[in-house]
Amino acid sequence: MTIDQSPNSMDIMVNMGPQHPSTHGVFRLVIWIDGERIVRAEPHIGYLHRGSEKLSEGESYNQVITLFDRLDYVANLNCELAFCIAVEKLMAIEVPERSHYIRVILSELNRIASHMLFYGVYGLDVGAMTPILYGFRERERIQELFESVTGARMMHHYFWIGGVKEDLPDDFERRMKVLLPTLKQGIDECDRLLSDSELFLARTKGIGTITAEDAIDFGVTGPSLRATGVLEDVRISEPYSIYDRFDYGIPVGTNGDCWDRYYVRLEEMRQSIRIIEQAMEQMMPGETMAKLRRITRPPKGESYVRTESPRGDFAVFVVSDGTEHPYRVKVRTPSFANLQALQHLLRDAYVADAVVILGSIDIVLGEVDR
Amino acid sequence: MTQPRKREAAAPEAQAALDDKGLNLSAALATHMQDIDIKIDVALDEVVLSTGSENIVAVCRRAKEDPELAFDYLRSVSVVDYIEYLEVNYHLFSLSKRHKMVVKTNLSSDQPCVATVTSVWRGANWFEREAHDLFGVVFNGHPDLRPLLLYEGFEGYPGRKEFPSHEYTEW
Repeated sequence: MTIDQSPNSMDIMVNMGPQHPSTHGVFRLVIWIDGERIVRAEPHIGYLHRGSEKLSEGESYNQVITLFDRLDYVANLNCELAFCIAVEKLMAIEVPERSHYIRVILSELNRIASHMLFYGVYGLDVGAMTPILYGFRERERIQELFESVTGARMMHHYFWIGGVKEDLPDDFERRMKVLLPTLKQGIDECDRLLSDSELFLARTKGIGTITAEDAIDFGVTGPSLRATGVLEDVRISEPYSIYDRFDYGIPVGTNGDCWDRYYVRLEEMRQSIRIIEQAMEQMMPGETMAKLRRITRPPKGESYVRTESPRGDFAVFVVSDGTEHPYRVKVRTPSFANLQALQHLLRDAYVADAVVILGSIDIVLGEVDR
Repeated sequence: MTQPRKREAAAPEAQAALDDKGLNLSAALATHMQDIDIKIDVALDEVVLSTGSENIVAVCRRAKEDPELAFDYLRSVSVVDYIEYLEVNYHLFSLSKRHKMVVKTNLSSDQPCVATVTSVWRGANWFEREAHDLFGVVFNGHPDLRPLLLYEGFEGYPGRKEFPSHEYTEW
């Protein structure tokens, strides 16, 4: 993108970050302002660059999954899923039915947990304190369940190539019977608390608008793209795992503004619950791990797999040279591409809206910087 | 186990097969890109279009603007270092037609240089900056090739195979 408005000497430069709490991580945003208007914005990233792609080349395939946990640290299981599917596709592994269902249930729960974090933090961004308490209350319920299933609250390493690490605990079904209605109620409460609040509407309606054409051109995906009215969800356009077996809706917005991006996520949580309910019904007991050799050694070749993470199109490009280490792993992360559109979104916005707009695209810096 | 374990011979190749959309696409590519020197191949489930680095912008522009192809969404730009050469992959997807394709081109390792596609998709900007950072690929005509993920003044290209990953100490 060419910078068409070079900063004028009268413009004031304001530095946000890299340790600013509203930047959701280590992210630096430099904005030039003319009065209250932003003339130009320049995002600076890379503070959390750990070289995950390069590190993957020195690890075995199963070890790489642990690195993927640390990419999107809010939706770890969705990242694991993408890598597992990419390697399974390369090796043509048939994953047992039950583990497909476990994967779908857990990654949809992770989607809800991630959106709940967004909900809470977004409330803070616009100046409301209560939403974060509501959001974290619901998120905590899901984290507790994850702890009982995977043994960890965050870095799970639960999805393995060929299935899942171990079967679900015995009390999983009982816990889910309690969890799902509670979550539904929690989502409704969150909705009532913030969505139609006059102050919230004033801060978000018509703010940070992006058109569908611009969003596609910038490579924006996920809820941020759907808020502009484009029906694009990898679960629909390129179904992976068993997402074609469920009946659920894809919420889309109309205006592409901050409120739409917020509400699309809220509605998505309800749809995720629908998927989980159907998956719980269809799930049968059985094997959870495919029969594999001890060392994962995919054939020569490359596979590119897209999945729908809570933030958008999370894709993994794996090149194998036939050894036990991947030759190249490239991760296409949704936040990285979505963040590119920030310059466009912030132009001519008010300074006071900068944090609201940045919050609405819901970035995770671990994923932006890799 | 009394017998010594045999070492595996050359690694097998992954099985490639296209679905209907991929078959239609590779047929369409042959007619819609007649005048450009391209090679159409398959990698697993994707159509692979290989071309020389001088044709990249023409191929990408045609892929985006031709209504039959309509590749409006650039999924990613990834570089693979094959030591003798660098391979740049442009992963494309069409949101309206829902078909996908990879455009590949090889660049020399010494002076990797290719024209930018930011004029075709604005989203290519950061992907190309990242490739420049990590692999040293120079994208001619790119509006802003400053380091993105690395700090200014970083020496070397950490994505490349020659860059040590485990022995490397930062301080």
